[in-house]
Amino acid sequence: MKSLTFTRCMFWFGILFLYLPMVILIIYSFNAGRNVQVWAGFSTHWYGEVLRDRQLMAALGRSLRVAFFSATAAMLLGLLASIAIIRMKRFRGRGLLSGMVTAPLVMPDVIIGVSLLMLFVSLQQAIGWPQGRGLNTVFIAHTTFCVAYSTVVISSRLRELDESLEEAAQDLGATPVSTFFQVTLPIIWPALLSAWLLSFTLSLDDVVIASFVTGPGATTLPIEVFSSVRLGVSPKINALATMIILVISLIAFTSWYVTRRIDIRNRRQQLAYQREME
Amino acid sequence: MNAATETTASDVRARERVKKKPLLSIEQVSKEFDGTYAVDSVNLQIYSGEIFALLGASGSGKSTLLRILAGFELPTAGRIRLDGQDLTGMPPYKRPINMMFQSYALFPHMTVEQNLAFGLRQDRLPRAEIKDRVGRMLDMVQMKKFARRKPHQLSGGQRQRVALARSLAKQPKMLLLDEPMGALDKKLRTRMQLEVVDILESVGVTCVMVTHDQEEAMTMADRLAIMDEGRIEQVGTPVDVYESPTNRMVAEFIGSVNIIPAEIQADEEDHMILRSPELPVPIYIGHGVSSGIDQRDMLFALRPEKTILCTEQPEGDYNWAAGTVNDIAYLGGHSVYHVKLDSGRVVQTVLANRERRSPRPTWEDRVWVCWESDAGVVLRD
Amino acid sequence: MRRIDLSRIPGARWGVISSPYLWMLLFFLLPFIIVARISVAEAQLSIPPFSALFQWAADRLTIEISFASYQWLVADDTYFRAYWQSIQIAFFSTLLCILIGYPVAYTIARAPAHTQPTLLLLILLPSWTSFLIRVYAWMGLLSNRGLINQALVGMGITDGPIQMLNTNFAVYVGVVYAYLPFMILPLYANLVKHDNTLLEAASDLGARKIISFFRITLPLSKNGLIAGSMLVFIPVVGEYVIPELLGGRRTLMIGKVLWQEFFNNRDWPLAAALALVMILILLIPIMIFMRVQQKELEGRR
Repeated sequence: MKSLTFTRCMFWFGILFLYLPMVILIIYSFNAGRNVQVWAGFSTHWYGEVLRDRQLMAALGRSLRVAFFSATAAMLLGLLASIAIIRMKRFRGRGLLSGMVTAPLVMPDVIIGVSLLMLFVSLQQAIGWPQGRGLNTVFIAHTTFCVAYSTVVISSRLRELDESLEEAAQDLGATPVSTFFQVTLPIIWPALLSAWLLSFTLSLDDVVIASFVTGPGATTLPIEVFSSVRLGVSPKINALATMIILVISLIAFTSWYVTRRIDIRNRRQQLAYQREME
Repeated sequence: MNAATETTASDVRARERVKKKPLLSIEQVSKEFDGTYAVDSVNLQIYSGEIFALLGASGSGKSTLLRILAGFELPTAGRIRLDGQDLTGMPPYKRPINMMFQSYALFPHMTVEQNLAFGLRQDRLPRAEIKDRVGRMLDMVQMKKFARRKPHQLSGGQRQRVALARSLAKQPKMLLLDEPMGALDKKLRTRMQLEVVDILESVGVTCVMVTHDQEEAMTMADRLAIMDEGRIEQVGTPVDVYESPTNRMVAEFIGSVNIIPAEIQADEEDHMILRSPELPVPIYIGHGVSSGIDQRDMLFALRPEKTILCTEQPEGDYNWAAGTVNDIAYLGGHSVYHVKLDSGRVVQTVLANRERRSPRPTWEDRVWVCWESDAGVVLRD
Repeated sequence: MRRIDLSRIPGARWGVISSPYLWMLLFFLLPFIIVARISVAEAQLSIPPFSALFQWAADRLTIEISFASYQWLVADDTYFRAYWQSIQIAFFSTLLCILIGYPVAYTIARAPAHTQPTLLLLILLPSWTSFLIRVYAWMGLLSNRGLINQALVGMGITDGPIQMLNTNFAVYVGVVYAYLPFMILPLYANLVKHDNTLLEAASDLGARKIISFFRITLPLSKNGLIAGSMLVFIPVVGEYVIPELLGGRRTLMIGKVLWQEFFNNRDWPLAAALALVMILILLIPIMIFMRVQQKELEGRR
């Protein structure tokens, strides 16, 4: 019993540790005073300030655009990579592919950022593309590291999928492509959705890589936030942070809830088969 | 073996078939995986309308062979012809062959109806015809009531019927069954075996099934092939394979058997005599084997149920052995006795329990095992 | 042995494999080669700020190589100390993450099956919100006039505020805070698969709870522990945001140094050399991680 109480304690300590800073940040975002540390009454003044800040709002728009396109591209590439790795077992260079989609999971951001920037600059020198840097280079960079996350999510679902379902479809006359659309896709789409959402939030969150590969006039929201955060704590940033926390939590929570319900249903169906087989 | 009752029927069917020409021919087919042969130069003919079973332990290559027929694997060498048409390189979705999967592989996101219609939809048949054919299939497997259900709302037996109906919906020239009863529990299995055979015979489809369960193969199939290490060891009717195995592997794989090494003493036209150091008297067999064999060391294969257990020494100079009871397995209908011969070898023999509580030999009793002159088979070592 | 042979339609098969392949080759692998090349170029006051990678002179392809950046790297012990401190911080943060993360993951994995998803969501929710904001949240808490110091002084535990922000202590807090979910998730995924009957068998054989934990649970969770540790250790070695926001002048981490060489000093060859050396240092941990992950990715067969 001794170890049990110890683990319980550590669990609640962990939860407290995770949430307390956020809660305090949210509380202080409603502070009326300019001085963040001293409570000077309740106010939503700083929220108005954030919403009126043209520069911040423009950066937010850019970030959302980049995140949308990166998430979409990463989801598609991740899907293809998963199919290649999980379903087409024997091809030359399979090890290299699965290595290349695994390594970005741990590669430090500064390395990805610096190496991609150097690639873009050298490519521009050598072949004239990409012309300068901006949102397009941020899109490429974000897609590259999001492919890794999206492949992990999609491939783990694809691996669980009973391969004989796809074989049965082909056996009944469906070509591999139409098998994918009639059987595989309807079963794994919740995983595609989670991969997209994960990539979207990761892209929306990245500051280091974007700082390296972006160009003039293409500042994303995290870069904007980072540059003011470096100067110290401010109630305006608290308000912005609170808004980001709430919006992301809301999206994350609903998507988690929806995909989970669908996934549970699908899994239950598959489990039922497996039980029959045993 | 309950094969005994089916003997005559399947024998008749097998004889009828001789006149027919083969529907499917497998010619010198091999499949190599990383240097080992999963299927090794297999030749087989499957006749129109028969149920053919590939029987073997796991890893014997039977599943790979089935997957080659379905088109999921390409053979490394050899040809496959169906009705004169070369199938060898044809992708699965173009073959006029359908398969029932071991896991049934029913699409979980579709209803029973949609599952049955799937194959027909791929052929772009008119809607009315699809509806009509799905309706008939549902009738055939008595699943009309469940047409709108999803697979996870069905029981194991119901799922199997849907899977069978789905694989028959396209009226394939040939049906493949992968471990058809593998996903069912033992009680349900016996019932479904007969049910499936009834459906298959009413449709008249030619059928190749894979199983590791010999009882299932013998109940369902007209002919069967025993596979081991990628090769076909013997092909024949269940009776042929059980009663006249051609080698030790087949004899031991199907049913239980006592194998006794013996040396040929005399091999005449109408009888032969073998001598084994393990037996007190020679073995007399009521027919000759085949002349022209130089080899004298043979194996004598004797099924336990072909022997008689006696409590007194039998008369005669041939075909008996003496020993003590080593072990008894009481199985209700009969008991299997493990008799330890004086040479130390243990042989099995069967005693039918005809009376409820008659006195039977018990442990350590002195007993004799004897057999008729046509009870055993001589196999080459 | 089970696979669908798609080799019969080479176009589709080629397309599926090659698009992610080419993308990752071009934007993940090729950059490292360019970094390696630039690290042996010479810094110049030009745009871009390094000597040409190769040039055609007299109809001949010439590649000039200069090891100036690497000489700098060795000559100035700042870089060595930055690497060393990064590794130290990453190592001890990983240990702290294990210490906190293991009990949490264990508690979730042992919880009733229907509450597990909720507990997991509870742990993961903060990590879905912005990384930057999570680090920022600690700036306010740890500063001299922040809530923690206010509380300490208010309760009379200390006379004046304790310097916490801009110290290595703050860096540790930030790193553990930001990276804890990366430890918990793979550990949980591993622990939840454990067969409970193993522990029952152990206690049946007379092992005390603590013994069966160290003899059975811990060894079995090895892969989860490795994956989690690598997910923390490797990125933390190259961490930039946390030392920049929470660390002080004495916090010397290689990610920050690289950033400064790149943006403030515009010495691209040196930055490239620093990145390359960092990759070399992290090569073995990355290999270990990829092996564990690849086993997961390709399925255990």
